[in-house]
Amino acid sequence: MSSHTGAQRYFIPHNSPWSFAITVGFFALLFGTAMLLSGMEKSGLAILCAGAVVMIVCMVGWWRLVIHESESRTYRALEDSSFRWGMVFFIFSEVCFFGAFFGALFYSRLFVLPFLSGASNNLFTEVLLWPGFVAQWPSNGPGNLGGTFEGMTPGGIAAMNTALLFISAVTVTIAHWGLKNGHRNIVKVFLALTFFLGFTFVVSQAHEYIHAYQQLGLTLGSGIYGTTFFVLTGFHGTHVTIGAIALLVIWVRVMRGHFDEHHHFGFEAIAWYWHFVDVVWLGLYLFVYWL
Amino acid sequence: MTRKLAVLPILCAALFAAPAAWADLQFNMPRGVTPISHQIYDLHMFAFWMMVGLGVVVYGGLMWTVIFHRRSRRKKASQFHENAKVEIVWTTLPFLILVALAIPASIVLVNTQNFHNSDLKVQVTGYQWLWQYEYLDKKAEPVYGFYSRLSLASLKRMSIDPPKSPWTDPHYLWDVNHPMIVPVHKKVLLLITSGDVIHSFWVTEFGGQVDAIPGRITQWWINVQKPGIYRGVCNQICGGGHAYMPVVVVAVPQDAFYRWLAASRAGRTSGPPTMAQAKALMHGNVPLALNGASSSEKRLASEVKS
Amino acid sequence: MSTEATTVHGHGPAPGIMRWITTTNHKDIGTLYLTFSFIMLFVGGAMAMVIRSELAQPGLQIVNPDFFNQMMTLHGLVMIFGVLMPALVGFANWLVPMQVGAPDMALPRLNNWSFWLLVAGMSMLLSTLLMPGGAMEMGWTMYAPQSLQTPFSFAFSIFSIHLMGISSILGSINIIATILNLRAPGMKLLKMPLFCWSWFVTAFLLIVIMPVLAGGVTMLLFDRFFGTSFFDAAGGGSPVLFQHVFWFFGHPEVYVMILPAFGIISEIIPTFSRKPIFGYTAMVYALACISFISFAVWAHHMFTSGMPTAANLFFMYASMLIAVPTGIKIFNWIATMWRGSLTFETPMLFATGFIVTFTIGGFTGVMMALVPADFQYHNSYFIVAHFHYVLAGGTLMALFGGIYYWLPKWTGHMYLERLGKTHFWLTIISLNVLFFPQHFLGLAGMPRRVPDYALQFTDFNLISSIGAFVFGASQLLFLYNVVRTVHRGKQATDRVWEGAHGLEWTVPSPAPYHTFQEAPDVK
Ligand SMILES: [Cu+2]
Repeated sequence: MSSHTGAQRYFIPHNSPWSFAITVGFFALLFGTAMLLSGMEKSGLAILCAGAVVMIVCMVGWWRLVIHESESRTYRALEDSSFRWGMVFFIFSEVCFFGAFFGALFYSRLFVLPFLSGASNNLFTEVLLWPGFVAQWPSNGPGNLGGTFEGMTPGGIAAMNTALLFISAVTVTIAHWGLKNGHRNIVKVFLALTFFLGFTFVVSQAHEYIHAYQQLGLTLGSGIYGTTFFVLTGFHGTHVTIGAIALLVIWVRVMRGHFDEHHHFGFEAIAWYWHFVDVVWLGLYLFVYWL
Repeated sequence: MTRKLAVLPILCAALFAAPAAWADLQFNMPRGVTPISHQIYDLHMFAFWMMVGLGVVVYGGLMWTVIFHRRSRRKKASQFHENAKVEIVWTTLPFLILVALAIPASIVLVNTQNFHNSDLKVQVTGYQWLWQYEYLDKKAEPVYGFYSRLSLASLKRMSIDPPKSPWTDPHYLWDVNHPMIVPVHKKVLLLITSGDVIHSFWVTEFGGQVDAIPGRITQWWINVQKPGIYRGVCNQICGGGHAYMPVVVVAVPQDAFYRWLAASRAGRTSGPPTMAQAKALMHGNVPLALNGASSSEKRLASEVKS
Repeated sequence: MSTEATTVHGHGPAPGIMRWITTTNHKDIGTLYLTFSFIMLFVGGAMAMVIRSELAQPGLQIVNPDFFNQMMTLHGLVMIFGVLMPALVGFANWLVPMQVGAPDMALPRLNNWSFWLLVAGMSMLLSTLLMPGGAMEMGWTMYAPQSLQTPFSFAFSIFSIHLMGISSILGSINIIATILNLRAPGMKLLKMPLFCWSWFVTAFLLIVIMPVLAGGVTMLLFDRFFGTSFFDAAGGGSPVLFQHVFWFFGHPEVYVMILPAFGIISEIIPTFSRKPIFGYTAMVYALACISFISFAVWAHHMFTSGMPTAANLFFMYASMLIAVPTGIKIFNWIATMWRGSLTFETPMLFATGFIVTFTIGGFTGVMMALVPADFQYHNSYFIVAHFHYVLAGGTLMALFGGIYYWLPKWTGHMYLERLGKTHFWLTIISLNVLFFPQHFLGLAGMPRRVPDYALQFTDFNLISSIGAFVFGASQLLFLYNVVRTVHRGKQATDRVWEGAHGLEWTVPSPAPYHTFQEAPDVK
């Protein structure tokens, strides 16, 4: 067995300290958050912050290492392909995560509300427990939780946000095209543009939340409508934020001269991710704002 | 070694020479006392014997190969690893068996969900950890109701510090202070819900259970064929007291039932029925206090019949 | 040659404890998973002993009902997330790269991270036992709204599920990437050993269901702390929603625990029958079929929740349909043994025992798919018996068999054959003494998840508890046998079993630290 040909078949990193350390940080972050939620505010916050710091340090350390390995061309076609499969299935798992919340939305609208108003085999649910309740959408339930409110409309901020994300999908694709064809200036400009579009999206989403709370009377406590609206758009917004930060990192790397025509998995991974948040938004716009 | 062996016959004797003990053991589902429970029992037995038949085939084949295809008997293994015919057979045959099971199961399921034309409606509400029974009139308004919780006798024996023997109470965890009362030979619709967390109303003799879900009404219908005391439990984990919220339903003759209900509505009873009172009703002994219903009480009684 | 290669490369393990903390080697990580799972087996087993001790007699003798409920909840979560899944992932780590001829897992650092996330999650879960008010009292199903009543430890329990879920997702991504990307040239997908196939399918299941579970428990978290109404009827939500989300995860989850066990059995039986597996292609399609249908049967856990009849019928038919591919697997195993030249070393004993006990669980499973019959079986001890026949009589037996089968390859030592056989007979007898009477209890009306019961259930509970103690004690033999084999024992040959085929049997025993750095020839 010749060691050299063997070592060249696939890159196997040795002794990774970051994964263990990041787990310690993550554990502290979650443990602190749980303490915070359970009424131990001060010590919880302290542990939370300590965990967050450890996590950020580890993430930076881990990624620096990976970026270094990538730029020194340690990874070749076979490694690249592993990363691609990894990213594909990671995004697939994210789709399933959103699937749970979309499922909750559909189930509540199509089954729970009609059942509460006496549909199907639930005649007595309405008669005995919620007399007079009529299913409609938006709804805060037969208990009228959170008081009267106005639902979201597909116009205004939502329409603008849709436009923002759509344009950003185009710009990131142009940047990708530029990278593949060696036009680095195009990459720099359009990647920056994509980031700013994403950033603007997050800001206007925050603005929309304030509007909902202050003018529409719509809160997290507004029954099933408020619940599904804020949780679905909230998780989507979180993903947009993460994606925007990732875009920024990639932009910095492009500015430093990273990537070339054939070697830019990091760029593509984020581009895929960005398209994924786009598609989720499409679902949100359709089922949360419109229908 | 010999001492060890000596234990064996004693053990065997203890197991088999005590037929009385074995007779007390219940191995199977009770056949129950309602039309639905009978159908479910028959379905259960049908499925059971189907599975026994399949088991004979599977375990028979396995035993055969384990005994006859050992290396001590077959030095050389055959090397076949495919046979389309048998594969088709053991894909199709189980499928046919499943169809044979699915047909009666579907029919029985539809029968269990036939909630129309009930003679009496009772709302059953689960709480941590007790039940509430409310008798409804034709407009589904409650006319009389009470709470039912674990019997005092059980409560007294239910202690860990110091541990107490439950054996002095023959109905340990199986008895309540106020049982639910239903008439025999009447279609009774149970409208089941919960006031806090999910419970489940399960009396084996009535053929099954239904979850008690907060904010929802689930249904089960019974038509008890003979007077008696039928016992059940809460069957959905609902906290520390989950084991301590039994269900006791006493089925009584119709006449006794309606007179008891009318008297209870009119406030002429000493409160919700006790086990002793329920047993008396079950035997058709209507206490004097419940007799001589006025015409208005008769009207009240007839209101719940629909 | 193997040891030489290791030292020459300078890629041997790091010294001391850091080897285990920072390792990216699939064999080291496999060992970590298996060791962790072994420890958790005794933790979860100790909880089971508490449960069976309390249930040996009616009345309360040992623990109060709240603590009993916590034991019952943690027993379930520990056995599922701490024992069965990690053990199967441990097997995957050891075997998938060796069986497909890969130099390691595709994403080695991620592999290490998956393991430590699991340890973090399990530590957080077990720490809830020490918190004021104790752990969750809900059973592993965590049904709303009762789980929302959990005192202090609620958020910790939820986050522990998140951690274990992330661990599973990342581990599955790694397995899929390894199988898709790192197979040796010539190792076509339909040439892969069935164990790899079973994990390939399982990894898909995990990637779909784990995020859904994460979503479900996140909804619990929001309902508890942020005033949302997912599970509150007054706000237009429903507690039944949680059951749907949970079982959309939970039903494929039971296949996650049984499919790799099928894979292990499909490796052991041909070896000791000295015959190729019967109907390889049918076995692969059956795996795919089971996992596909498993997404459409979840509500058979909810037949008593008052679903409309049409839904009940649909889920009944779909659930029954799963019996067909499962039956194919059982028939194919028996056909593999048919006219073979069988010997019954310990792994084969466990594989045969697996067929016997798992099939009992399969039969009761078909009975429970019948909605009206399930109105009686649901949540009774009948179902406790059913899923323990599947998970203890199925997965655990397969795991034992798999350990005995591959331990010589991993350690280079043969285990003690007689002790292994004793372990088998004690296990299978006590397992049946433990779980078979529970069928009778359930049919007679004993509910599950109770610390105390009415007097007529006493006899069978006592028998069951005696079985449990013997079952628990028997595992100490296993512990001794494994620990001893790790340290010493008769030197194992490379092939170990004369009928064994597959790439892992072509490397030396113990398997060198790095295998297949050069792609092997696959014929
Ligand atoms: Cu209850």
